[in-house]
Amino acid sequence: MLQRKVIVELSSMGKKFGIVEALKDINLQINSGECTGLVGHNGAGKSTLINVLSGVIEPSSGSVRLVSDKQSADYCVAVAHRHGIRCVFQELSLCPNLSVAENTRVMHGAMRGWGWRKRASALIVSMLNEIFPGHGIKGSDFIEDLTISQRQMVEIARAFSTTNIDLKLVILDEPTSSLDAIIAAQLMTYIRKFVTEGGACILISHMLEEVLASCDRIVVMRDGTIVATDSAQQFNRDSLVHAMGSVAREYQNNTDSGKTKRSGKMLIECAPIKQQDQRQLQAFAGEIIGLAGLAGQGQTKMLLQLFAPKQSMSFVAGDRQNDGVFPLWSIAENIAIGSIQSMQRFFMTDTQASCKLAGNWQQKIAIRTPSVQDNILSLSGGNQQKVLFARALASPAQVILMDDPMRGVDIGTKQDVYDMLREQAQSGRTFIWYTTEFDELKHCDHVYVFRDDQIVLDLPSHQLTEQQVIQASFQESIA
Amino acid sequence: MSISPRLFRSFLPAFSLSFILIAIFYLQPRTVSYFGVNLLFNLALPIAFATLAQMCIITVNDLDLGIGAFVGVVASIGATLLNDTPLLGVLALLACILAYAALGALIHLRQLPSIVVTLGMSFFWLGLALMILPRPGGSSPVWLREIMTFKTPWVPFTIIALFVVAITVHWLLKSSAYGVILRGVGGNPTSVERAGWSLLKSKVVMYTLAGCFGVLSGLALIGLTTSGDANIALRYTLLSIAGVILGGGEFTGGRISPIGAVLGAMTLTLTGSFLAFLKISPDWQIGAQGGILIIVLALRALINRAESSK
Repeated sequence: MLQRKVIVELSSMGKKFGIVEALKDINLQINSGECTGLVGHNGAGKSTLINVLSGVIEPSSGSVRLVSDKQSADYCVAVAHRHGIRCVFQELSLCPNLSVAENTRVMHGAMRGWGWRKRASALIVSMLNEIFPGHGIKGSDFIEDLTISQRQMVEIARAFSTTNIDLKLVILDEPTSSLDAIIAAQLMTYIRKFVTEGGACILISHMLEEVLASCDRIVVMRDGTIVATDSAQQFNRDSLVHAMGSVAREYQNNTDSGKTKRSGKMLIECAPIKQQDQRQLQAFAGEIIGLAGLAGQGQTKMLLQLFAPKQSMSFVAGDRQNDGVFPLWSIAENIAIGSIQSMQRFFMTDTQASCKLAGNWQQKIAIRTPSVQDNILSLSGGNQQKVLFARALASPAQVILMDDPMRGVDIGTKQDVYDMLREQAQSGRTFIWYTTEFDELKHCDHVYVFRDDQIVLDLPSHQLTEQQVIQASFQESIA
Repeated sequence: MSISPRLFRSFLPAFSLSFILIAIFYLQPRTVSYFGVNLLFNLALPIAFATLAQMCIITVNDLDLGIGAFVGVVASIGATLLNDTPLLGVLALLACILAYAALGALIHLRQLPSIVVTLGMSFFWLGLALMILPRPGGSSPVWLREIMTFKTPWVPFTIIALFVVAITVHWLLKSSAYGVILRGVGGNPTSVERAGWSLLKSKVVMYTLAGCFGVLSGLALIGLTTSGDANIALRYTLLSIAGVILGGGEFTGGRISPIGAVLGAMTLTLTGSFLAFLKISPDWQIGAQGGILIIVLALRALINRAESSK
């Protein structure tokens, strides 16, 4: 066992944005040879904390001290980099116009001179091979051509790659949210290896099982403070949820509320373009339909194939940075755009009506903001996602398509949304929901499992077991 | 194996240039000569420099609406100060480049929209040029004229110069290690900043480069025309944007191609001759340039669609 040493120390650190106190009196030591799990609600201050640790933002009070730093220069991104601290941010932060190798170069200041491209390519590919065997990514691939999970893999591998600086600490913010179970497991295995070799990791994840299984120590945050710190063995799922102060109730199994017989008005009947047998996706009024399977097996394509805005449909995007929010608009405008047609008066938008609508939904699904007039980007990721839900639900659409919308959303928010879906379905709306998390399928009435752009399994949710879904997802690809 | 759409897209500027060139060669076979090619591409060099200046700005997601007027200032300085008092002339040109660098810093630090700032600057440049050279005239330095009319064996000077410039800038922005950072700023500035790079420095570098290319454009221009005029290059602003886009660049996201931009500038230069050989009035030149732009962009859209349906 390697001796654990303190790498970085935060003492009575605080951060204010205007009058909002995002972090208060944080005392935290990050040790080598240890994986620290960081859990908490959306808006609990996790992202702010890692932004301070990685030098992106300056604390308003208190200090960040690098143990290896002799002269305590002002802490900033460059200083953090020089001391081997890297961060994989939640919103994918690669340059889409550059190749995988070029993005690697962006991370490594020392990578220059003759033949840098070859070296960068070799570095990133060997790192990818080590963490994600069988990834199928080349150094010359352009980021914009990769899928979202491939991009995430590149970003993680890039953070773990080293040139002239010893890597001491890697901070991972929701690294598995766009990875499927197999790839996520590969990452967790690598993190354990990295940590046993003396590295340090901070893992932020909403998947509590993942945190409980992979971390040595867990730090729980609530309302900008650390409320609990202990070794991972001292926690279990319930105690974590309790410590987070989350309103999460263990949801009651839906088997009784889920309809066994499918009835009502059939709204959708459609087969994926590449479907080779007779299987079809059907959706009846008032149903929640789940699309399952590994990430990127044609579920999103199916949604896009179904999507026809004229027929009273609405779409909740999963990739909220690219497809979801209008970054320059306020929260109210972002919500109201879905129902803009009903809010016209003399060819103008009725601002009052749209504000009222936004205010209603803000209360209904608890969007945490001082005012709906604020810019959408002032919200945390989970709250932005709530806005997208509000946009879809506020619209008159009968059918709502959801493209893995819960990515990187905390448990409390998820519970709110699940309840809302159930309620809305009972009032006759139909949801078609692509999700990468097995637990969410239990909220559906009927589930279709996708593989290779085809439906390979279709069954009502009360017959659903995780085993079946996994088996159907891997039938041929594993053989 | 089929040709990838990306490869096809990157060949598009070369296709469009070859298409027009072959059409001209067909319409007027006498242009297939040293003298003919030289004449056809005579004005391509200053336009190519202006296009590269614009491309530098577009790389970092900005747009320069003042480059044409700036080239006019350089032309005015070149035809007066640079000829009469060379030292003062060189200093004045250096000051122009510095002004561009400062512009980049200002736009970044104050987070101003580049369109507004450069549009405002275009009036400043034009006024400055008129103060230096109120009436068309002056005289370009002899050495400049000699460079621009230099007779290289086999291949005309302009073609060689265009080739060298394209390759150099390609290396600078597409192959060099720092070029990656500069393009990365266009693609995802936050990502580059979080990797520990200075955005301010990148912007200043790009604006300085743009200033240098603007100066080269102005000097090349008066080397050809032998005298200056404040209004000489006002058309260059839009022409340079068209050249970048024609060359496969995009307005945002750091997607640029230096070789493509030079080819685009050459294509635009040829339209005038092309119309002349078709016996169409040169009044239609701008319309024809627009037409080419629309055709090429439509082709690009088709390729993109083919790519996404794959």
